[in-house]
Amino acid sequence: MSDNAESPTESQKEESQPPSDDSATNEEKKKIDVLLKAVGDTPIMKTKKWAVDKGRTVQSLAQFISRFLKLDANEQLFIYVNQSFAPSPDQEVGVLFDCFGSDGKLVLHYCKSQAWG
Amino acid sequence: MADDKDVLRDVWFGRIPTCFTLNPDELTDREAEPYYLLLPRVSYLTLVTDKVKKHFLKVMKAEDVEEMWFEYEGTPLKWHYPIGVLFDLHASNTVLPWNITVHFKNFPDHDLLHCPATSIIEAHFMSSIKEADALKHKSQVVNDMQKKDHKQLWMGLQNDKFDQFWAMNRKLMEYSTEEGGFRYIPFRIYQTMSDRPFIQKLFRPVSAEGNAHTLSDLLNEMLPSAVPNEGEQKRYQVVIHGIEPLLETPLQWLSEHLSHPDNFLHICIIPTPTD
Repeated sequence: MSDNAESPTESQKEESQPPSDDSATNEEKKKIDVLLKAVGDTPIMKTKKWAVDKGRTVQSLAQFISRFLKLDANEQLFIYVNQSFAPSPDQEVGVLFDCFGSDGKLVLHYCKSQAWG
Repeated sequence: MADDKDVLRDVWFGRIPTCFTLNPDELTDREAEPYYLLLPRVSYLTLVTDKVKKHFLKVMKAEDVEEMWFEYEGTPLKWHYPIGVLFDLHASNTVLPWNITVHFKNFPDHDLLHCPATSIIEAHFMSSIKEADALKHKSQVVNDMQKKDHKQLWMGLQNDKFDQFWAMNRKLMEYSTEEGGFRYIPFRIYQTMSDRPFIQKLFRPVSAEGNAHTLSDLLNEMLPSAVPNEGEQKRYQVVIHGIEPLLETPLQWLSEHLSHPDNFLHICIIPTPTD
């Protein structure tokens, strides 16, 4: 299930960027906006909002966050939707966006320990 | 409310006769006999194959054994999909028993999730239930349950206790009569011909005009190619729990009666056999 973890395909989204036509900025909707929020004592990311490929898996996103935060290889990272459930690692973020996104973005919480259920 | 209890029982007790054979490349002390098992459709491969593992370990050296995984005709089988979904997707329209190959080395990291302990299956199962309830009731039902209620759902599945499971699961199947169904139907549509894991989107059980949506309505919206045009030959079978339900079946009824214990309606789209 490991998508190529080395390819840094995320592009940083400038929070200050004026809102513009979504289809233009997101390459005809191939990318979605993901807002990453830390839980508990897990380090925060300076950049919270990222444009992520719809087909990207949860596992590949978790690997990206772990690398970004320079976590040890043996440290686990849990990702949650709606502060309630942990999606399957092979789940596509595009599916989560379609079902659980709001205001044009998908909010995901990440945590080094199990935060919910 | 789920009234058709016979349907729920039939779904729960669905079994697939399976023959497990050791991959011939594994190192053994002596020849490994195949092992036969009736697999529950609604369970998970790694949850019901302890006996298979024990059987093959008898002829292997401990140092030759890594994490066990399963393959059918070259396709690694994802343990985190319900067994019935794996069979319908990869092996329906073939002769029984289902011939599964057992491996103890070269774990295909790219295709399968690791499953080092039963707790991983439990976490996956409970997450699916929570995700389904987020769609059905904005998580209200599952959040109102206590820890022991969650445990009852899991123990019901793990120990194959229909009554124990459904005593709790019926709460997850409730909805207000004025709404006529769940908020959204938790469904996943699988295709053999696609690289994508599955289709899952928001879909309501009742149309804006107040009509009940059918299986046909869902497919027309999500995967129109799965539904034959008038006069056209049927190219695909739409399979749930090994059967082809009428496309006119209301989706809400299917969600209540033909969902797996994880509360998702798993729908397999497979090419119609040509023989």
